Amino acid sequence: MPDTTPRTPPLQPGAFASTTARAGLTGFPSPAENYAERTLDLNERLVKHPAATFFMRVEGHSMQAHSIHHGDILVVDRSVTACFGHIVIALVDGEVVVKCLEQRHGRTFLCSGHPDHAPIPVNERSLQIWGVVRSVIHEFPI
Amino acid sequence: MIGLVDCNNFYVSCERVFKPSLEGRPVGVLSNNDGCVIARSSELKAMGVEMGTPAFRLQSCLQRGEIHLQSSNYELYGDMSARVRMVLEEGVDEVEPYSIDEMFVRLEGFDDAALSRLARSLYDDVRRDTGLPVCVGVAPTHTLAKLANHVAKSSTTYRGVCVLTADSNETRRVLQHTPLGNIWGLGRRMAERLALLGLRTAWDLRVADAKALRRHHSVVLERTILELRGISCITMQDGDIRRRIMVSRSFGRATGEWQDLREAVSQHAQHAAEKLRHQRSLARAAYVFLRTNRHRRDLPQHMPELIVELPRPTNDSRPIIAAARQALTRLHRPGYRYMKAGVMLLDLLDIEHHQLSLLDASDDTECQHGERLMATLDTLNRRMGRHTIGFGLPDPEAPWRLRCGNLSSRYTTRWDELLKAKA
Repeated sequence: MPDTTPRTPPLQPGAFASTTARAGLTGFPSPAENYAERTLDLNERLVKHPAATFFMRVEGHSMQAHSIHHGDILVVDRSVTACFGHIVIALVDGEVVVKCLEQRHGRTFLCSGHPDHAPIPVNERSLQIWGVVRSVIHEFPI
Repeated sequence: MIGLVDCNNFYVSCERVFKPSLEGRPVGVLSNNDGCVIARSSELKAMGVEMGTPAFRLQSCLQRGEIHLQSSNYELYGDMSARVRMVLEEGVDEVEPYSIDEMFVRLEGFDDAALSRLARSLYDDVRRDTGLPVCVGVAPTHTLAKLANHVAKSSTTYRGVCVLTADSNETRRVLQHTPLGNIWGLGRRMAERLALLGLRTAWDLRVADAKALRRHHSVVLERTILELRGISCITMQDGDIRRRIMVSRSFGRATGEWQDLREAVSQHAQHAAEKLRHQRSLARAAYVFLRTNRHRRDLPQHMPELIVELPRPTNDSRPIIAAARQALTRLHRPGYRYMKAGVMLLDLLDIEHHQLSLLDASDDTECQHGERLMATLDTLNRRMGRHTIGFGLPDPEAPWRLRCGNLSSRYTTRWDELLKAKA
């Protein structure tokens, strides 16, 4: 799978003796291996099913009530079966949208939680769910 | 038993996962360099558009909005292929990728009912997790699995999954309806020669005298007959399969050294190019992968793969090695110890069928020069042993020229090209 994970940061000069810093290249067990076991991996935390997980970029402001903002990255898992209350990626008129799947008075709706965007009534049988949003990544400008 | 999981119209299906509006429309994928159709949706096939059709012939359909053409996005296809493999690896012990869109899986120790259930769950899992439609064929041998897959794909009653046991009536019926030319590994010329002996269908061949045919034809033919009878005798390492070329080897000892990897990938690429010339084909793309040892859960894992499109359809070792090395540069990460490296050549076409496109005509003399060089090389290596002559190419930072008219985003491999979800 192509490289989507961030590279290991380069070793700081002086952080290790030069022999250990070179060890990975000379075929000896690299000290980075033990390090890899200890350190927390955000992929492991956020990506439960690597083969079924896709990232998407949010465009628009209608989902702010669900803490999903324009420009955020969604972690979408296709292997999860959508239930009411889930934030989902759905296909509406050929368009890929992020909405909350809700049931009101026995009917199914795709909701935004924003006064300007009325809930979209959907036929449960023809509703196409692309995946379920597991988490949202919001990066602050620094 | 052996299962073959084959993605339907793979390149087109990859595009559709991220562009659902293409569903149900005639869609073609073009090679970027020579502008030919290399993948078709079923709707495009139904319009009579053949593989290899040059894009300019479809210009008028395109302008009328009747069809949709997409440039090939190998980066996306490579990643989606890796996802299919990962899904399958969760369900079965052994997965042998056969090409970018076809994978053999080993299914041992199941009774008939469990086997059907497992095949069905592979079908469902790949569709659900990746969005890609597949067909699953299961049978005792590779050759029969290939046929089972064909049946699953072409007959709607099977709903994408077909299990053929060696001696069932169903298998007999399928074989009786399979023309010789549709049998895996049996060339068109061989089918014609067998037709002269009165053999028409796969069933005719299955009940023929294997020993006698072997004497007059080849060992390969005998093996095909045994395979049709349900006796497994083709392994994936066999070189007599013309649609794809794969060269991969495990390292004697896991290595993370750049020199080792580079050496291995270059040799595999060269070997693959030799095979390509031997069967008189050209390749449009090269697929390179590295594997760490997945059974060593205690070690960090890295199993990257990447497809690089070649500057033009070619069987010249030099651009193939250069492309493989370029891919390796992007794949390799320090800190991992790799068990295996491999090079696969993709999207093959026959030399005879390939016509130089107008744009490539200027390189004509260069091509002929290259052909002579490669022929000399192959002769020497044949006569004096493999590795007599090889390449010590400097790594050319070749900027692969691409003519990507309508390239989709690399949704799964680039942060700045993610699919947009409207909120």
